[in-house]
Amino acid sequence: MPRDLAAVVERTAPEPAAPHDPGTPRPVGRPTTLLAELTYRCPLHCPYCSNPVDLARSARELSTAEWLQVFSDARRLGVLQLGLSGGEPLVRKDLETLVAHAHGVGLYTTLVTSGLGLTPGRARALREAGIDHVQISFQDAERASAERIAGLASVDKKLAAAALVREMGVAFTVNVVLHRANLDRLSEIIELAASLGADRLELANTQYYGWASLNRDALVPTRAQLAAAESIVDAAVARHRGRMQILYVLPDYYQAYPKPCMGGWGSVYIVVAPDGRALPCQAAWQIDQMTFDNVRDRPLDWIWRESPAFTAFRGDEWMREPCRTCPRKTIDFGGCRCQAAQLTGDARAADPVCVKSPARHLVDEALAVAAEPRPAAAPPQYTYRVVTPPPPPPPPLVGRVDGRGASGDGA
Amino acid sequence: MEPNARPKLWRLARLEFDPVRNRRVLLYPEGAMLLNDTGAEVLALCDGTRTVDDIAAALGAKYHADVSADVSAYLAQLVDRQLVHDAT
Repeated sequence: MPRDLAAVVERTAPEPAAPHDPGTPRPVGRPTTLLAELTYRCPLHCPYCSNPVDLARSARELSTAEWLQVFSDARRLGVLQLGLSGGEPLVRKDLETLVAHAHGVGLYTTLVTSGLGLTPGRARALREAGIDHVQISFQDAERASAERIAGLASVDKKLAAAALVREMGVAFTVNVVLHRANLDRLSEIIELAASLGADRLELANTQYYGWASLNRDALVPTRAQLAAAESIVDAAVARHRGRMQILYVLPDYYQAYPKPCMGGWGSVYIVVAPDGRALPCQAAWQIDQMTFDNVRDRPLDWIWRESPAFTAFRGDEWMREPCRTCPRKTIDFGGCRCQAAQLTGDARAADPVCVKSPARHLVDEALAVAAEPRPAAAPPQYTYRVVTPPPPPPPPLVGRVDGRGASGDGA
Repeated sequence: MEPNARPKLWRLARLEFDPVRNRRVLLYPEGAMLLNDTGAEVLALCDGTRTVDDIAAALGAKYHADVSADVSAYLAQLVDRQLVHDAT
């Protein structure tokens, strides 16, 4: 799935910090957003997927009952926004049950889908279960290119799914991951989303985690492509104002300063992977030597407040130079820990996107590759996302066996 | 926002009470805004029929103060974020 749900965090007003007495442990804030990666199974093979590259090794998926408990625990912890993602969440036959429970405990629920698997019957059931918002991914405005990127003939199914979401009457977002092979058709992509009746369009430049890291040279756009894209987006934002909101996620490799990743590590965002591991970011699995507690073994409340993974980079005490004394550390929190780990091998380093990072040359080298002339007619060569299906989930558990917490959230 | 504009909450945004934080929140696709009491009172009146002046008068009467500048500036921020629009 695309990584654009991170945008949630950027537009979520931070909670006011409680007065802090120096010398005592800093109080931990409340999370606002849970991204539930229900499964890694997906019919598409997008080369920019942020899922782990060793998908076949992922353990068995959480059961229905386990997910319901996660949603109740998350709401009790303060989560307001729930993203149901994957992989393709429609692969889960219990999706409607999960949505009904999320709605029942008061979560604003978004389905992030490829659209494949959305039938009229499932659309109706999801609507009745209380889904608030559906996002459908599109790969390009041109069929041949879109299907080459997805690795599958999928355009007709996506168009049919978009029509179903419009009929449902819920909030509808089209999301498109932007990269070298589709940026030249950005105008057409924007008009496609408008013609589908989208309330929102998320245009997210690729971030190079997971499969996207493997495919980076084929995905990184040129500076000229991005310059053209920015003026197209500016004009489109004004043209569609009041009908379709357009969100443009900047390409961080081409920025001078890093993104304020996740609104700060362990600050507002929780990801639960298909096997139940809880992560501060959906790419955090790629940080070596970091272990992630599992909601099967530990209460979510403990994981959020005290687990080694969530506390590792919370606040700024972990920072080194150039971040430690940088006035921007309250703006971007040192950037992305996953990117720092991936490019420098050190998750505490400054995000190499930053001009102050001694490792900025690693990003510039990728941009230099992108700037080299390439034959115009040559199709991109991708390593496509592939997955061996994990074993089926176990039968639903009845109740909980460890007695942690009261289950008073209803539904 | 102009005094005679009629602010209306975005169709896809809704006001809710969050019992965990004991405060009202504005929920919308991929966002949540934690509101203070005054902000929540302003938004609850953004129904597309009341004008900015009406809303400021209602709150001013309640708090015995002229709040028109504050209400106008607050709504301008929300218009900027496309969470409120002028329904006139």
